[in-house]
Amino acid sequence: MNGTIQAPTIEYALLSPMLIVFGAAVIGVLVEAFAPRYLRKSIHVPLTLLALVGAFITTILTALNGLPDKAAAMGAVAVDGPSLFIWGIILVLAFISVLLINDDEQFVAQASAVPGSTDEEEAVRSGFAQTEVYPLALFAVGGMLLFPASNDLLVMFVALEVMSLPLYLLCGLARRRRLLSQEASVKYFLLGAFSSAFFLYGMALVYGYAGSIELKAIADSLSTVTGQDTLLYIGTAMLGVGLLFKIGAAPFQAWKPDVYQGAPTAITALMASTVLVAAFGALLRVFWVALGGLEWNWQPVMWGVAILTMIVGAVLAITQTDIKRMLAYSSVAHGGFLLTGVVAIGTFAQNTQALSAILFYLAAYGFTTVGAFAVVTMVRDAGGEAGHLSRWAGLGKRSPVLAAIFAFFLLAFAGIPLTSGFFGKYAVFAAAVSGGALPLVIVGVVSSAIAAFFYVRVIVLMFFSEPAADGPTIATPTLGTSAVVALAAAATVVLGIFPQPVLDLADQAASALFIR
Amino acid sequence: MPWLSILMAVPVLGAVGVSLTKSDKLAKQLALAVSLVVLALTGVMAAQFNPSSATRFQFAEVYDWIPRFGVHYGVGVDGIALVLIALSAVLVPIVILASWHDADGTGAAAPPKRSVKTYFALLLVLEAMMIGVFAATDVFLFYVFFEAMLIPMYFMIGSYGGAQRSYAAVKFLLYSLFGGLLMLVAVIALYVIADKGTFMFPELVGVIQDPNTQKWLFLGFFIAFAVKAPLWPFHTWLPDAAAQAPAGAAVLLVGVLDKVGTYGMLRFCLELFPDAAKFFTPLVIVLSVVGIVYGAIVAIGQTDIKRLIAYTSISHFGFIALGVFAMTAHGGAGATLYMVNHGFSTGALFLIAGFLIYRRGSSQIADYGGVQKVAPLLAGTFLIAGLSGLSLPGLSSFVSEFMVLMGTYERYAVPAIIATSGVILAAVYILWMYQRTMTGPTAESVKGFTDLNIRERWVVAPLIAVIIALGFFPKPVLDVINPAVDQTLSNVHVDQFTPAVADKKGAGQ
Repeated sequence: MNGTIQAPTIEYALLSPMLIVFGAAVIGVLVEAFAPRYLRKSIHVPLTLLALVGAFITTILTALNGLPDKAAAMGAVAVDGPSLFIWGIILVLAFISVLLINDDEQFVAQASAVPGSTDEEEAVRSGFAQTEVYPLALFAVGGMLLFPASNDLLVMFVALEVMSLPLYLLCGLARRRRLLSQEASVKYFLLGAFSSAFFLYGMALVYGYAGSIELKAIADSLSTVTGQDTLLYIGTAMLGVGLLFKIGAAPFQAWKPDVYQGAPTAITALMASTVLVAAFGALLRVFWVALGGLEWNWQPVMWGVAILTMIVGAVLAITQTDIKRMLAYSSVAHGGFLLTGVVAIGTFAQNTQALSAILFYLAAYGFTTVGAFAVVTMVRDAGGEAGHLSRWAGLGKRSPVLAAIFAFFLLAFAGIPLTSGFFGKYAVFAAAVSGGALPLVIVGVVSSAIAAFFYVRVIVLMFFSEPAADGPTIATPTLGTSAVVALAAAATVVLGIFPQPVLDLADQAASALFIR
Repeated sequence: MPWLSILMAVPVLGAVGVSLTKSDKLAKQLALAVSLVVLALTGVMAAQFNPSSATRFQFAEVYDWIPRFGVHYGVGVDGIALVLIALSAVLVPIVILASWHDADGTGAAAPPKRSVKTYFALLLVLEAMMIGVFAATDVFLFYVFFEAMLIPMYFMIGSYGGAQRSYAAVKFLLYSLFGGLLMLVAVIALYVIADKGTFMFPELVGVIQDPNTQKWLFLGFFIAFAVKAPLWPFHTWLPDAAAQAPAGAAVLLVGVLDKVGTYGMLRFCLELFPDAAKFFTPLVIVLSVVGIVYGAIVAIGQTDIKRLIAYTSISHFGFIALGVFAMTAHGGAGATLYMVNHGFSTGALFLIAGFLIYRRGSSQIADYGGVQKVAPLLAGTFLIAGLSGLSLPGLSSFVSEFMVLMGTYERYAVPAIIATSGVILAAVYILWMYQRTMTGPTAESVKGFTDLNIRERWVVAPLIAVIIALGFFPKPVLDVINPAVDQTLSNVHVDQFTPAVADKKGAGQ
């Protein structure tokens, strides 16, 4: 009032994971600008990995210090149990995805060279590499950290863009089949921009209703503001569209198969695992925290979306002939399974159960997904990765160990007991049943059965079919790739046999729900 | 001593060992040795089992597995589970010995050579899971084994089976998985509705009281078990799977895995949801009787030996389900004994049929004829196994089939009478098959047959011995089964529903 501006308080310690990641990303940009070409990669890789490890350590330290009871940065960022758990998952998954990205073979030599031109040949011959991949990935990861933790809609929107823009770019950088990759990139960008616009407009409408963009203020306004319901409903629907798009829930799933197929597989692995985690965190925050009081209105719609997502994902996956497209539809179906947990809200205890189930599912699914895509990168023929399913015939005979591991990942996706996928599914379905969503669970198991069909079909191809004469070769994996596969397989086994520690962790993270 | 855990750990460790061996021969020998060790351990354990003990589940071990979900590693056996574990433990070494060349790529049909180590490792893993599924006293643990055991069997059919193997394997897996997933919903709902915070079976008995809830949960479990068993009309996967599986895997599939279905009906459907079980009894009885007659008639029409045996099993599973749902002491004990006997006699049939097919390379009945002249031992043992399959008095199946029919007649006279026709039809399918394959002029392709060799005799001899022994003296087994069945029926409160044995005439209708 006396003319001085109160400096905002920023809890740097709480935000340090994000600051480390963003800081390293900025340094990465400087490296691109100043370091000589031959040095760049050897600087980027350790820098990126160290940043992720550092961020992970600070996340753990924050969690050990006890959870704060109010949002950080003047209420803009909520560093609470779910955020920290989600950060942990994202950072670990990003770390192993970066190990996968560390494989030069996958990225274009010079993105600006027109596919098939002499420029491109030139670039390949001179051994160029688009090392911008690393800082871009770090920016995306930073956005993912902020997205589920944002406590007001504006921050959430910024995070959404910071997360998405680098990914749009990364999608277009595949070394082989570049036109497909660029098409994927453009498609992802256009559709993504469209959904961001929805989100933005929804935000504006909700602001019109609530007079604030803070989630807490929106939640409070639900019981005080009257006569503006139309604004609220349309705004809620539009926010929902923006978030469900990122999850890839039906009917907003159309981008997923194209983008997953076109993007370099390492980037697909990063997207398929971490974006889903971040987007679910954000979805939960918006719908549980800001619009929790409105559950009677959005729950039926979300039921419909969940049912549609599960069925569309499972049924369309059957018709796919490309392994990456198939995994994309499988990820759609898994998004549907997760949504059954989102609608299962009720009492406080019920909410914590559902939240912890979702968190556990995200962790379990993320590891398996990265592992599965890592295997995809290794099955190659002359034109790059052998994506077509028919090329996978007889893989079990030529490379039994790799095929066995991939089969194991598929069984985990299918939710067979003694794999992590089973407990994830079980946790979510159990939460849904106790939340009164039994019909949803029945649809869930029916679509699981449908989904099992196409997972099993791949296993049949790999093990029970004779290998094709000119079948793909199995690339000798780099150290990074084999570490990724081993890590993902280990996580899938351990979470499938002894899930209690991670369940406990998820329980603790969910115990206080979201802070407001 | 943690007997049951040891029984599961030994084959698992054995499987790891087998997959690490250098030579195929060593792998086979090690697998056989491991399975014999399991058999010996099972024998020692069974000797310590006390049927008249007041504690129902003996050798019980309960540890927390996933406290968050109320899941325990809970194992323990009553008489019913014990005899089924014993059945598995006896069958596995026999199957291993019988499957000696299944993956070698030898045999008249010239199948491609496949990984021998994997085959035997899968067999041992399957054994561990078979023991686990019968030993589980935690409903969730049971479910885990119930689903997980599909995977080794899936690979055994899909990788080592006949020409249509991948179709058969996928069909098998998807049918079972679908049933299993419905059961998963019921398992979750059971946990949530019971609200006990535990999956331990003894604590869940009698907890669900509301009849409507019981009915839905019953259906969730029952459909899974009916697919598994399989009952008509959920049976269509079995003939494909059993016909395409290698003979040894077919024995374990039909002889043990399918028993999990009937075992589950007896243990879980009846005890957890007694009112619903009574409500659905007429339906199940109808399905069983239809299955008995249908399976038998279709078996008569088969042209493929293995498919024929598979259809006879559908008929026999009808008998078992009939005995389970008759809910009488005789019916229950007969059904349990039938599970054991069927495992041995069908096992013998499949294995000897497998020897036959190994020599000729075809499973078509029409490709054989007059085998008994060139291979009398093979033909003779096939006849004994077949006669046991048609329940000839003096052979083991007769005792159990008689008990089932008697137990059923006590309460449901008309279905029992119709079911009796299954016995007559059994004579037709078995004897007609025997006549077409073994008697008559020796077919040209059969002329070069050798009789059973030493290994094959070692496979057949124990089975025939058990079939005859249990045919004349089933008492030791029944002594173990009876208290457990009585216990089961008392949990079903069936005594309010049926009079005691002495004055049963007419009152139970």
